[in-house]
Formats: sequence, structure tokens, C-alpha cells
Amino acid sequence: MTTDLGMPAFAPRGVGHLRGDQSFPEAAREALGNKQLRSNLGRATATIRTKRAAVVAEVPDWADLRTAGAAIKDAVLADLGAQLLRLEKQVTAHGGHVHWARDANEANRIVTDLVRATGQTDVVKVKSMATQEIGLNEALAEAGIAAWETDLAELIVQLADDRPSHILVPAIHRNRTEIRDIFLREMGRAGVPAPAGLTDEPRELAEAARLHLRAKFLSAQVAISGANFAVAETGTLAVVESEGNGRMCLTLPKTLITVMGIEKLLPTWRDLEVFLQLLPRSSTGERMNPYTSMWTGVTPGDGPQEFHLVLLDNGRTATLADPDGRAALRCIRCSACLNVCPVYERTGGHAYGSVYPGPIGAVLSPQLTGVKDNPSLPFASSLCGACYDVCPVAIDIPTMLVHLRAEAVASKGMKAERAAMGGVSSLMRHPRLYGAALRMGRLGRILGRRRGVIRRLPWPMSAWTRARDLPLPPTETFRDWWVRTHGSP
Amino acid sequence: MNAARTEILRRIDAAISRSAPLEIPRTYRGPSGEGRGSAAVVDLMQDRLVDYKAVVHRVAPAQVRAVIAAALADAGVERAVVPAGFPTEWLPSGPAWVQDDPALTAAELDDLDGVLTTCRIAVAETGTIVLDAGQGQGRRALSLVPDYHLVVVLADQIVASVPDAVAELDPTRPLTWISGPSATSDIELQRVEGVHGPRRLVVLLVTG
Repeated sequence: MTTDLGMPAFAPRGVGHLRGDQSFPEAAREALGNKQLRSNLGRATATIRTKRAAVVAEVPDWADLRTAGAAIKDAVLADLGAQLLRLEKQVTAHGGHVHWARDANEANRIVTDLVRATGQTDVVKVKSMATQEIGLNEALAEAGIAAWETDLAELIVQLADDRPSHILVPAIHRNRTEIRDIFLREMGRAGVPAPAGLTDEPRELAEAARLHLRAKFLSAQVAISGANFAVAETGTLAVVESEGNGRMCLTLPKTLITVMGIEKLLPTWRDLEVFLQLLPRSSTGERMNPYTSMWTGVTPGDGPQEFHLVLLDNGRTATLADPDGRAALRCIRCSACLNVCPVYERTGGHAYGSVYPGPIGAVLSPQLTGVKDNPSLPFASSLCGACYDVCPVAIDIPTMLVHLRAEAVASKGMKAERAAMGGVSSLMRHPRLYGAALRMGRLGRILGRRRGVIRRLPWPMSAWTRARDLPLPPTETFRDWWVRTHGSP
Repeated sequence: MNAARTEILRRIDAAISRSAPLEIPRTYRGPSGEGRGSAAVVDLMQDRLVDYKAVVHRVAPAQVRAVIAAALADAGVERAVVPAGFPTEWLPSGPAWVQDDPALTAAELDDLDGVLTTCRIAVAETGTIVLDAGQGQGRRALSLVPDYHLVVVLADQIVASVPDAVAELDPTRPLTWISGPSATSDIELQRVEGVHGPRRLVVLLVTG
């Protein structure tokens, strides 16, 4: 691996899931044509928005918790190197092993080698954004190791050979009937088959998942997890979950490997009192999630006796280097911003092309990969600001999006926009030309006279209407109306 | 590996300029210890647990044994694991009590009907019970694999808030925070109780 002094170290290409193979507008157009998807998403996001609002409203000091949450994360980022060293020291002192991974390839190699050393060819996994980000399952598969996802939604996604579309509820794009069909079709090939006569009742589907995974949990020797929090002061790791699959993976196997982004740190044990209030309420809209597991290194006689922690950079230090973008690293992956976003609600997660969809994905993915590799994502927003309002760590996503838009325009990909804005700027400095140009705009009425909207502009403006309808220009420009009613401008 | 560590630390150093440590404004409600074990706090705990679909019994100390007997009979629990340190005077005759000594395998635990434990602390505001693998609680697998978990919570173990609990817990112990039976909302965001963890959670709140 080369060291590019002075160059930001972005997440490398060709590995992991931070880049789509289409731009956002192209992918979104496909998603918008899928009526089933839109109705699944609309119903699900509406449900969770209501639940979140209710449990947040009952916390009298929510605003104070949010302020503290943001400040704690900022304090970690401002002192990240020293905090990581503290964590390393504590984990090691309690019998764990700490590994450092500059990028996805390195993390995948470390984990693969660790699994190989155990002699196992099957591992169970707790839902983890970091391992999806780096494409760990694919890397393990190449090495002949089967990684079984154990979160219900991840199981659905894995069995269907699909991609997750939501941070918290990866199968949010699937309804119950689709899920039943996937279970009946695929479970048998991966192990214990779905019971014959399975209906689409969520309770029955959950029961089928329990039966399917039970055998895997009881025999698993190696588990791989992510982490929601790591406390630098004590070396404690925390995983929050609902189903108990996390507890199974964190408790029963002999070896536990945890892959964690370097930004997941909290400085002190006390800081958990803030985040254990912010996260569940923002995320699932519950006062507390059913299960939270915390462990510090290895406990003799209880749980895995071998513990490895892999600290992952993969573009995070590059994000840290941008003072106007680094607050994205405060993110605790609650997904509240997805659920309130009018764009996400309509397109779903796949359109973003990255494992991090929605508003946070639109600011995080381009920073991890470099804006050049995700130039359309900062534009995947109406800048309405709902994401900022619900963010439990007060990430000002709209302002960050505008900042990243400027970067995208400055990078090569956005020549047309830059030329157009330059043209407008020049016109606006010449009032007579500007007035003439505006009157020209009325000609546009010809294009949309039948439908009342303009569907397609001629080239080069067709780039604009590829993803949008344009309202008809008015019959009279504002400047003409002003002159007619008020005299000269 | 050391090269990666050095490189990441160098990148961090290049990315941020050193500043004075940032102050954390802790204007939120911190640990206060207020209300611990009070009737109001026990009421709130009960309300939250019921909301999570746990079965709750409010009992006097003298009734614990009888209520456990009735609850287990009701659930058809005939063989249950009892961790070291669980008060023997609470164990009714009838069910077979299994010790975790020598340590039971996962398959043996899976064969049992249930588990009985005490707890370390409980949080009323969120209806959370915390186990720290101490006396009467056992190692983590015990309260996980059997499908039925009965936990005895003493009133003075119930604190009001999450900060109250965090302040009292020892991070070097393995901790399990339990808020209701296992559940999922992965299918159309409809909550279903009972996936991989114990599907039935029965809580005895011991008051008086």
C-alpha cells in the first residue's frame, strides 16, 4: 500500500458499497416507476415518523441531550488520535486485540485472516453498516467463508440476493408478501427451510427466521459484528439491537471480531447516558431498544474468549480533513433523517447507490469516496431541512449539501451547470439583455401547451428536464408586469 | 499492521489542528438518584414493561416464591436454569432446577424451558432491566438461550433515569440491557415480540 502524503485518503474504488453504477437521477427515475416500492416506503416511513415524534416529545430535555450529543462527538473528532490510542490501550489491557485498517481492502484482509486462523468456514454476523460499506461478505466468500446475516431484515436481503435500502430497516422496500415468498423460495438452500404453509403474518415470518437461524447460532464458532459505541476511557464496546441475534453472536461463539469506524468513539463511560437516550428514540421510535450488549475485552468464562477489534478508516480521515464536512462523522446511524426526507420517501435507498442512503448518505458517501466519485448525491435533496431538525447530533445536513454541491461543481463532472450559472451571471449584469432573455423564456409555453407543464427541454437544457418537469413560463415576465403597472423599472 | 496504525494516526494529525479540549454542555437531566424505589418509579417501571408486552407481577417479599411457582406452572416451565447466587428461598418445589456448574453448552441451554435471574439495576423511564453477570444473574448465555426469562427486581434497584443507571454500573463487567422481550420491526415496521431472545419475559417487582 502506498502512502500519498498530502492526498486525502478516500475509500478505494473496486471494493465495498459506497458508489452506485448509476447517477442518483438515473437510479431515482427507475425507483419512482416502481409503485409497490413507493407504497411500501410511504407506509413504513410514515409509521416510524409518528412513533419517533411521540417518544421524543415525552423527553423534556431532548434539546439539551442533542446539544450534548453533538458536543461529545465533536470532542472525539477534535482529539481523535489520542482517543483511539486510549481505546486501544483499554481493550488490550482487558484481553482484546486491536487491528488498524487504512481502507476496505485492508480491513477485509485482516478479518479474512482472523477467520482463517480459527479454521472455520462459517461465521454469523450482526447487522453492521461498516462491514457492508467495505463489502466484507463478498471478500469472505472469495476466501471460501460463508457469512450468515442474522438480523431479520439483513436475512431477507441476503436470501433475496438484494441490497439493503435503509440503515435501520434494510428490507423496508419489501412488503410481507414479498418476504414470505423469499423465505419459502430461499431458506431451504441456506439451511433450515421455511415451514410449509407459511403465511405472510409478520409473527409467522419472525418465527420462521427464528427456526432458520437457531441451528446456526448454537453451532457458531466465530461471529462478526459492528459497534454502535466504543468508550475510549474504559475500552467498552456497545451494540444496540432488538431481536436478540446480536446477543447470540456476541455471547455464544468462541471468537468475536468487531469492525468499527474510527469515528464511533465516545470519550467517557458517562457519555453513554446521552447516547442511550438519543439513539433508540431517534431510530426505532422506542424508549429503549429491547437489547443492548456492552463488553470490555474478554470476560473469563462468559462470552467469546478471543476478541478482535478492527478500527477502520476508509475515507473517514479524509472527511475529518474538511472543516465544513467533518460533522458528518458525528452520525450515529439512527436513520431518523431518512424517515423524514421527502426525497428518500419517494426513491428509497437503492437510488443512492451507497450503503448510506438518504440525507446522511448524500453528505457522507461523497466525502468517504471523494465528491468526484459521487457527484450527483449532494443534489439528491430539496434542502427542506427536515433532516437537520430530527438529527439527534444536530448535523446541519442542508448546509453541508450546499458546500458539497460547490465541490461537485468545481470538480470536473459538472461543466454544464458551471457554464449555465456563468451565463446567467453575465446576463444579470446587463439589464437590457436580461429583459430580452426573460421575454424569450415565454417561448417555452409552446413546449408545454398540451399538458400545462414542460416535460422535455431541447438540448443542452434537456439535462435539467431529464429528472424534472418544468412549469410553463408565465405569459408576462415580472419585469414587464412591473413596467406596465408601476412605470419604468 | 503497525504501518496502518502509524498512517491512520498521521492522517488524523494532518486533518485536525490541535485545540483546547472542548467543553461538553451537560445541561440535560443527569444522574440524581431521585425517586429510587419510590411508588411512582415502580409504577412507571410497570407501565413501561407492560407497554413492551412483558408480564409484570407486583409482589411483596413473602409472596415471591408462590408467584414464581404460579408463573412457571402457567407457562409450563418444568426445567429451568438457576444461576449461582439466586436466593434459594424463592425456588418453589416442583420444577427441576438446573445449575450452570459445570457450564452448560448452548445446546443444553436450548433444551431447557426457562431461566430465573435477579438483576443489577432497572430504569423506570425506559422500562429497562440491566444484568451484569453478578450474583443471581449468571453468565450472559443463561438469560439468552432459554425461551422464557423470569427476572426478580427489587424496588430499591429501580432508578428513575438512564443517567442514574449509567452512573452506577461497572463497565468492566459484561452488561445486558433488556427492555421487554426480543422484538423486531423489520417487516413493514410492525412490531412483533419474540424473535431470537426469550420470547416471554416475566418480571416480578418486589415492593414493601
